[in-house]
Amino acid sequence: MTFAAHPHAAKPLRKRIADASEPYLYSAPALVLIIGVMLVPLALGISYAFRDIQLLNPFSGGFIGLDHFRALGQDQAFFRALRNTLWWTGASVFLQFIFGLILALLLDKPFAGRGLVQALVFLPWAVPSFLAGLNWAWMFNPVIGPLPHWLHALGILDAPNNILSDPHLAMWGPIAANVWWGIPFFAITLLAALQAIPRDLYEAASIDGAGPVQRFVSITLPFLAPTIAITVLLRTVWVSNFADLIIVMTNGGPADRTQIVASYIFTQAFKRLDFGYASAIALVLLVLLLVYSLLIVLLRQTLLNKG
Amino acid sequence: MRSRPVLTILHRLAILAYIVFALFPLFWLLKVSVTPNDLLYSEGVRMWPSRTTFDHYAFVIAHSAFPTFFKNSLIVAGSTAITVTVLASLAGYALSRFQFRAKYWIVALMLVTQMFPLVMLVAPIFKMLSPLGLTNSLTGLVIVYTAFNVPFATFLMQSFFDGIPKDLEEAAMIDGATQFVAFRQIILPLTLPGIAATLGFVFTAAWSELLFALMLISGNDASTFPVGLLTFVSKFSVDFGQMMAAGVLALIPACLFFLLIQRYLVQGLTAGAVKG
Repeated sequence: MTFAAHPHAAKPLRKRIADASEPYLYSAPALVLIIGVMLVPLALGISYAFRDIQLLNPFSGGFIGLDHFRALGQDQAFFRALRNTLWWTGASVFLQFIFGLILALLLDKPFAGRGLVQALVFLPWAVPSFLAGLNWAWMFNPVIGPLPHWLHALGILDAPNNILSDPHLAMWGPIAANVWWGIPFFAITLLAALQAIPRDLYEAASIDGAGPVQRFVSITLPFLAPTIAITVLLRTVWVSNFADLIIVMTNGGPADRTQIVASYIFTQAFKRLDFGYASAIALVLLVLLLVYSLLIVLLRQTLLNKG
Repeated sequence: MRSRPVLTILHRLAILAYIVFALFPLFWLLKVSVTPNDLLYSEGVRMWPSRTTFDHYAFVIAHSAFPTFFKNSLIVAGSTAITVTVLASLAGYALSRFQFRAKYWIVALMLVTQMFPLVMLVAPIFKMLSPLGLTNSLTGLVIVYTAFNVPFATFLMQSFFDGIPKDLEEAAMIDGATQFVAFRQIILPLTLPGIAATLGFVFTAAWSELLFALMLISGNDASTFPVGLLTFVSKFSVDFGQMMAAGVLALIPACLFFLLIQRYLVQGLTAGAVKG
């Protein structure tokens, strides 16, 4: 192509530069902020993992190589937090997903008052997480909350005690709050995906004599599968980092039974002001999450290639 | 499709169960906040107290620092929501309408920021902001929250822009308008639902944020609601009525915003889902 053939393409240089830079001008403010407030601190945080940084100690700050990681290898509290993270994330995401999917299916059929119902059942999602945590902590408190009495009446608890102070049961408290709080997220995402399924597919299947179960398995599930895969992946990563409810409800206690890695990092940074050690734990968590995400992506690729 | 009455009844019952589950904790919050102190323990598990009172609210509003916390949170969440929406509209428009070399990298960068644990950044951000005098300051919080929320808001705005036909700007540009003028005067007004949804999302997120507020704010003057309420709980943990009254107050702005935007939620996400 030559300019002579396209006289209109021969814009002046200044105009061409202005055109080429236009998308960058639009995205520059957002990018500057993301780089300055997220990427730079991320890089700093990774460097802290190899340094001795304690906020209250003015002589700290030197490079100490892998000392933090050696300490971490001996840290029983860290390994307990790792096990708790698996339990917390697995139970929360599984229950949120199952109940979210059921809710999305219930809301997918048109019925009178659906808009109102949708607003009411999605409401927990708007409740600030700290308030959800406090609210459920109060619900589990036998003095002012009904739950211990109900659980006792149902024979699940021997006495109407606060499960948040029982080392064996405490984790169920934050999990219950998390499920209550997280169902709407799954329901909203899955409902959006459900409504994108072409309706005529269902009609065609009914005409061919497919029952509701068959329609669900051979139309709904395959259409939902990509959304389910991506939301579960993102949510798993997100929930494993979600320390608000635990910090508000139990602060990791009793006896560290509800301490997850994210809340452990926060405790190290916030209470002990040991930024170096906190960053080392955070780096380990980051690597674990990356490995998890890569495994899921690889698994998905293998499955896709097979299919 | 025919619907059988038994199935319809089951469907409505299931819906009802979800509504009760979703609203019961909030109802309980409200109930304890209007229960007089002398009935708090004697009528502990009753569904509604035999007498109600607004004393707890009066006390919280008149004699505690909660009005300050409330104001701080409004300032922080409001400024964050507006700043994020402006930045995300610009960036989302760039991603929706332009093909440019760095686009792939910008999308990748924004996706990465959604994946790594933000708790990692608590210590470095504190270290970076403290020499700038931005710890214990609302401005510092707004900067941090804006950065955290921009990536998701950008994707959200992009999906709304994608839903608007390109011909509209092209027509305006043939008439001599620059692309920025076309964007501002034609496209933005058409994206108002998207702007409302983004404002709502970000406002709720900033109103609720706890960890960074705890780390960056130490005095009552700059405390946001989460920090104030948590301090209150750990100091005066026996006064349940007052705490819950404060909790109900913290709930109001978030719920208002949510009710305003909730009908755009599924709609907006459907638009994104259809495209992807």
